[in-house]
Amino acid sequence: MCSLALFPPPLPSGQTTLCESNNELLSGASTEDRLKQESSPLSLHFPRESLKLHSRTESSSKAAFLDHSETLWMRSAAAWRDGGFTGLLNEITNSHTEVPKWLSMSSGCILALLRWVSSFHGSLFPHLTLSSEDMIAEFSQVLNWSDCVVRAFAWHPHTDKFAVALLDDSIKIYNPKSATTPTLKHRLQRSVAAVQWKPLCASALAVACQNCLLVWHVDPCSLSTRPSSGCAQVLSHPGHSPVTSIAWSPSGSLLLSASPMDSTMMVWDVAAESCVPLQRVGGGGVSFLSWSPDGSHVLASTPSALFRVWETRMWTCERWPCVKGRCQSGCWSPDGSRLLFTVQGEMVIYALTFTDAPGVPTSTSQGPQAAAVVADLSETTFSTPDGDIVVGGEIQSLVWDPRGERLAVLLKGDPQAADRPAIIAVFKTRANPIFELLPCGFVQGEAGAEPRLMQFHPNFQHGALLTVCWSNGRITHVPFYFVSAGVPHFGLSGSPLLPHPQQRPADFVNQSLFTEFLS
Amino acid sequence: MVSTEQSCWFIRKVICWRAVASIAWAVLLLPPITLVFVIISKFSFLHPIQTISECLYLLTSASGIFSFILLCGVILIVGFLHLEYYTVIPTIACSKIALLGQLLHPRHFINSLVHCFMGVIVAWCCAVTMGLRYETLGYPCTESDGHPQMCLNEYHLILLLAGAFVGFSHSLLGVIYNMNYVSFHTVQQYKYLRFKRCLPLVVKCSATQALYSVRNYIVMYLFLGYIPRAWICKTLNLHLDSSVHPLDSIAGLLDLSLLYHLWSSATFLLLTWNITLLLFRIFVTEVYSFPVQSSFTEDSHQCLPKVLTEKQPMILKFLALQDLALLSQHSPSRRCEVFSLSQPGGHPHNWNAISKECLSLLTDLTQRLVAYHDTVATNGRAKSLSSGSERKTSSETSVTSGTEDLMSPRPVFLMKTPASVFARSVAGTPQSPLTSLFTPDLDSPFASPALRRLTAPVDQCSPWYGTVQSPHIMRRAPKLWSTSTDSQVNGSPTPSPASVPSPKPEPSKPSFLAQFLQNRKEQLPEASSQALFADSQAHIWALEGLSYLVQASFSEDQFGVVQTTLPSILSCMLVLQEAVDRHFKLPHASSKPVRSTSSMGDSTYKTLRFALRATLKTAIYRITTTFGDHLNAVQISAEHRKRLQQFLEYKE
Repeated sequence: MCSLALFPPPLPSGQTTLCESNNELLSGASTEDRLKQESSPLSLHFPRESLKLHSRTESSSKAAFLDHSETLWMRSAAAWRDGGFTGLLNEITNSHTEVPKWLSMSSGCILALLRWVSSFHGSLFPHLTLSSEDMIAEFSQVLNWSDCVVRAFAWHPHTDKFAVALLDDSIKIYNPKSATTPTLKHRLQRSVAAVQWKPLCASALAVACQNCLLVWHVDPCSLSTRPSSGCAQVLSHPGHSPVTSIAWSPSGSLLLSASPMDSTMMVWDVAAESCVPLQRVGGGGVSFLSWSPDGSHVLASTPSALFRVWETRMWTCERWPCVKGRCQSGCWSPDGSRLLFTVQGEMVIYALTFTDAPGVPTSTSQGPQAAAVVADLSETTFSTPDGDIVVGGEIQSLVWDPRGERLAVLLKGDPQAADRPAIIAVFKTRANPIFELLPCGFVQGEAGAEPRLMQFHPNFQHGALLTVCWSNGRITHVPFYFVSAGVPHFGLSGSPLLPHPQQRPADFVNQSLFTEFLS
Repeated sequence: MVSTEQSCWFIRKVICWRAVASIAWAVLLLPPITLVFVIISKFSFLHPIQTISECLYLLTSASGIFSFILLCGVILIVGFLHLEYYTVIPTIACSKIALLGQLLHPRHFINSLVHCFMGVIVAWCCAVTMGLRYETLGYPCTESDGHPQMCLNEYHLILLLAGAFVGFSHSLLGVIYNMNYVSFHTVQQYKYLRFKRCLPLVVKCSATQALYSVRNYIVMYLFLGYIPRAWICKTLNLHLDSSVHPLDSIAGLLDLSLLYHLWSSATFLLLTWNITLLLFRIFVTEVYSFPVQSSFTEDSHQCLPKVLTEKQPMILKFLALQDLALLSQHSPSRRCEVFSLSQPGGHPHNWNAISKECLSLLTDLTQRLVAYHDTVATNGRAKSLSSGSERKTSSETSVTSGTEDLMSPRPVFLMKTPASVFARSVAGTPQSPLTSLFTPDLDSPFASPALRRLTAPVDQCSPWYGTVQSPHIMRRAPKLWSTSTDSQVNGSPTPSPASVPSPKPEPSKPSFLAQFLQNRKEQLPEASSQALFADSQAHIWALEGLSYLVQASFSEDQFGVVQTTLPSILSCMLVLQEAVDRHFKLPHASSKPVRSTSSMGDSTYKTLRFALRATLKTAIYRITTTFGDHLNAVQISAEHRKRLQQFLEYKE
């Protein structure tokens, strides 16, 4: 079992990780690195000051207007529309001067009863009492989501373009081959928790918002920089908000969405805008979804100490109760046979192996019996020239590169303590003869920048490319150059990868890192 | 009715048994539903225990058991009607008059009458189980002079009539909302889970539908209630009790307990019927796994390649295509059989048959779209017939250049979209398959003479003339049900529509009725587009099946059987893509239908065209992503290569 003690020590402050080559991570001083990064079109910087944030939330703007007296009926209808049954009861109870006494009394009693029941429900599932912003921050894969400039990031599964969701609720789409950078804004696009491109499609981008799910159709050939909100499909279902996680099926036909408030998981047929709710009792909601790259399984974790693994043929599930906390994050090996996951409150990575051969109906085959611990990330002290640094602890998210060779782990660290930074630890993974994780190194950014979000490029030809969004609004790319050991296997789309070209010479440190994209 | 020689092995062996299973489950579910109904209708807050003991007593009494047997009989008949009337291709009325024609068609009219009658039976059962004042039709009363006689119990009558009304309106709504349409789901689930998921929805639908039906019924009874009452009194020699207030007055109908009982019995009626329908849909759409090849020759007609090519029954074709789509995604062993060669000879018969059938389905849709596009002007209305057909020939040839056998007028489906409800009744008659695409059935008395005249001499490979409802054509033969006869209608059939002269001003003004009807004949926006894609579920599966098989062939096809057909698959898909793109440029084509959730009618067919568009794009991308630059070696026309390059660069 791999542990952090085997890792090379973190870089001294001022050095940033550039890339991996010849089996070691290379670093450079941040000043010269910055110059290089500026020149690359895909390295972006979003300073916090450049974003126009909402000065007021919508509810608070109500107070700016004069109180307009409407009839009771009008107000009741408005309350019913805005707040549903409880809103109506609230309105009736509050306007006790206008309604008969018995009515206001009885509605007050019903309201109290409802609150009592919901508080009881909330005591079973404490997360239900959170506000929707807090809930997204709690269950998002992004570290410290509410304070993050880049709130979500998604590479397109087939081409070199990506979408970035920013703090001001806009989404920008960057494509090195086109000069235009479309900015997507929509009235309903608030508190974006996740974005994902539809596989086997050039244009569709799913966005998980506070109250609904948006599917944008951004024509790649269009020159428009502000696609109209008519380009977005709105998918919503009563009670299904806030949406914190979405997952497209690798075949591009279905979209899954999950909300911690709703114990059902929605399977959307996006073209028809219809959904099939999949409900199982227990858990109190669904917080995180991950579809295996071969399309056969879906990991669905709940806010309580339980997660489920669905098989996607007949949509049945296996329950996996955890001992300590909820499943925080998980990722699948490229062939869909192995699931790595982490549990909140524990400092280890677990692995589950699904041995069913593809083709055999999954409902008949036996799943694994228990999860095995494959890596120990408990706190380890490294001594660096700047003093001791403690690395390790709880894990925020896990990502695995599409070839299954590198595993990046985002460690939460401790924001209060200066010597316990959030850091990305990268493992090499090996499937044969036994599955194991080997240490590769830490990925660090500029001084004072914390990693917040990371994702591997889905089809980087020379190895793996890790994209990291930092707390200072910078997005950088760290390539890992290696020759894949295994045979070419199926990537995200199920398509065979192209044969690898000759390994690049090792003196690329002097070159721009992203020439591959430009050529 | 389906005669035995027409129904194939599949109907006999699979569909019938599935229907029987669904009816059996519906009958099994009847006791709990009845129990809940009895408790709901008799419950009183003051004596809860007494209510329950009363209910139990009632259910075990002779009348209770008898009415229960009657209810079982009703469920059986309802289930049988579902089996008889179901369709996998919805009937879409392109104009209001066509909808009226559908409603008044004898086949549907009989259905409505049967439902009406069954509604009376269920209402009678409800009356017996509810007891109280509803139990009997007559009761002894004394006249003012002290003479004993039988009086009419209007409460019983109102309940029976409510049953009839609700049954009748249920069947009418069934026609309007395509309740007999059975849709297939993209997400496969076990039957129990699917039923469990749909049950709350069905309960909600039934309750709301009952509410609306009862409201309409009350209004109707208020104004017309005296007619059936007088009739019953006269035929059964009953008297009206002058001491009791008549019910067809506002005061009489504002009886909350009466309204509640009417609503609860209507809900019970609709719930039992809707559950039967739900079970039927779930059972009949269950995946059926066909063998790809069989080692015994006597079973070869049940194999997938054979079954795919059959035209009737449609359900067989749909299930076969669904199976194809699933096997191509999930099962490598069965894919292997598809790619295999025949043992003596070494021909890829399985793949050839499957790919040929899928391609011909797609080609058929392309042709339909191209023809439709040529008939409608850009404003979405039907265009003058003559110009349309002229353009048709030119554009069709241009389209055909890419595909191989696109021109051969190969009817693929018995395509009778609106007429498909009648399809089984006329299945024996050798009707040309494409003659009645989205037109009313020509045999029906409601097809307008104009259409009948037009369709008679027309060549079979123009599937679009049904939609031709241009004002000129209508004006030339506007005499639907009007008395003034037109010599053109009565005269010899005009030559083929291509030679129809350009419209001349008619000397005689059309009658008022004709004008009214003509206005009603205006196409419902979007309906023609829906009708065009009514059977697109088949095309979606064909696209999925083909694309997954081609994707799998990259690594699994040992003999290269797929390679030979790859050019035609690609060009077929690209041509279809072009046609679909053009179709979506029409007004109304890309407008989203309003989603109605509170109805038992399945509105999946309304969004099929969007699903088809998405699937088509995904299918092409699936092939291009898999093969990548290897596609440059495939021989296709330059135009298609350009188009393909767009896909390879992810610019579509």
